[in-house]
Amino acid sequence: MNANETLIKVENLQKYYNGGAIKALDGINTEIKQGEVVVVIGPSGSGKSTFLRCLNLLEVPTGGSIFFEGTDITDEKTNINVHRQKMGMVFQHFNLFPHMTILKNMIIAPMKLRKKSEAEATAMAMELLKRVGLEDRANAYPSQLSGGQKQRIAIVRALCMEPEVMLFDEPTSALDPEMVGEVLEVMKQLAHDNMTMVVVTHEMGFAKEVGTRVMFMADGKQVEEGTPAEIFENPKSDRLKQFLAKVL
Amino acid sequence: MSLKEKFIFNFIQDDRWRYIADGLAVTLKVTFFAVLLGIVLGIIIAIIRSTYDKNGSSMRGFSKFILSVLNLLCKIYLTVIRGTPVVVQLMIMYFVILVSSNNQVLVAVLAFGLNSGAYVAEIFRSGIMSIDQGQFEAGRSLGFNFVQTMRYIIIPQAFKNVLPALANEFIVLLKETSVAGYVGLQDLTKGGDIIRSRTYDAFMPLIGVAIIYLVMVMFFTYLVGILERRLRNSER
Repeated sequence: MNANETLIKVENLQKYYNGGAIKALDGINTEIKQGEVVVVIGPSGSGKSTFLRCLNLLEVPTGGSIFFEGTDITDEKTNINVHRQKMGMVFQHFNLFPHMTILKNMIIAPMKLRKKSEAEATAMAMELLKRVGLEDRANAYPSQLSGGQKQRIAIVRALCMEPEVMLFDEPTSALDPEMVGEVLEVMKQLAHDNMTMVVVTHEMGFAKEVGTRVMFMADGKQVEEGTPAEIFENPKSDRLKQFLAKVL
Repeated sequence: MSLKEKFIFNFIQDDRWRYIADGLAVTLKVTFFAVLLGIVLGIIIAIIRSTYDKNGSSMRGFSKFILSVLNLLCKIYLTVIRGTPVVVQLMIMYFVILVSSNNQVLVAVLAFGLNSGAYVAEIFRSGIMSIDQGQFEAGRSLGFNFVQTMRYIIIPQAFKNVLPALANEFIVLLKETSVAGYVGLQDLTKGGDIIRSRTYDAFMPLIGVAIIYLVMVMFFTYLVGILERRLRNSER
């Protein structure tokens, strides 16, 4: 796919709970282009995680549409599993499979879903492990790793499926402070390699440095959107000013 | 008679040990197949029930309808099976449902398997519900469908968690098959009973049968212990 081509298009996305009493997402519209790093920020409860989880339908939206590579994935006839293979996801709590070794964690999806041979999948997994400096932990189990290591593994596990886009749901929020850096470093590397990324995070430094676009959400709405410079140096809405005053 | 003479009289004379040996073979056969049936049935029911508990509220349309119906059927099955004695179920199976069948082993396997399935289902359901939702989401986010996520990610972890309870259910089932004599099946207990009716001695055959059950249960407990340790080691 070429650069600047739209990868994900979100139209009037809504997610209601309790029959509309709680509007977690209230009409989100955005386009995510190939190679973009979209950082979603906002106070807790603003719907940013819900937005991210709607993108691969882990949360089923109440209304609106999401187009991924031109296909409406919110259509009930769409086989979401095929599209999820191209959307890697990294969770706050890593969610590695505790009953499998690191290597098995990484190769199971490519082997079962992409029909890769074990040798092929292993070669790719080892290559990725080398990139994040964890090739010596291939045969360890998740419980033997630190939080930062687990999250780096979670990232490369998603990469093993060769996704078009990577979704990060507060990837550093559950980490000890000294481990945040190593995970952000891997993410920066990914952005540098032109991976399309959507990142929900509280790391404003990362947003400023790596983000190509920042989306500020509050109360289920996208309040402001723009380049990091626009958002951080020249905020327009009061809501964003308040938020930045608290976090910066 | 001394104990030794009693033993010879009850078990050796006229090759009466054959009742015990043949009965033991029947008991093991019935238990083995009933366990298989129970586990298969239990897993299917547990998956239906836990899927309904976890995702039922967020599903829509036709699939929700199907799931609700299946869940209701499972609930009825669980209520009936767990609410009636296994002996009664066994006799209903033999004298009412499969009245034309002369294959008592088959009847016993079906009755005990259906019975065990209800208990295994609840054991597995608690195991599946104990797995963090994040595991399920991680599987789905990689592109696994529901069944694949269950098979590769959820069930292996749930199985490990419920292994002690499952072993207990197996032990209960092994001992429960001792009522198979009600439908004329010559299992281990019935074998001992036949000897008693021949020799008019209650002590030897009954104690002998009890010891055989005990040894089997102890041996099985030992095997499960080994399996549990091996599964636990794989996480360190």
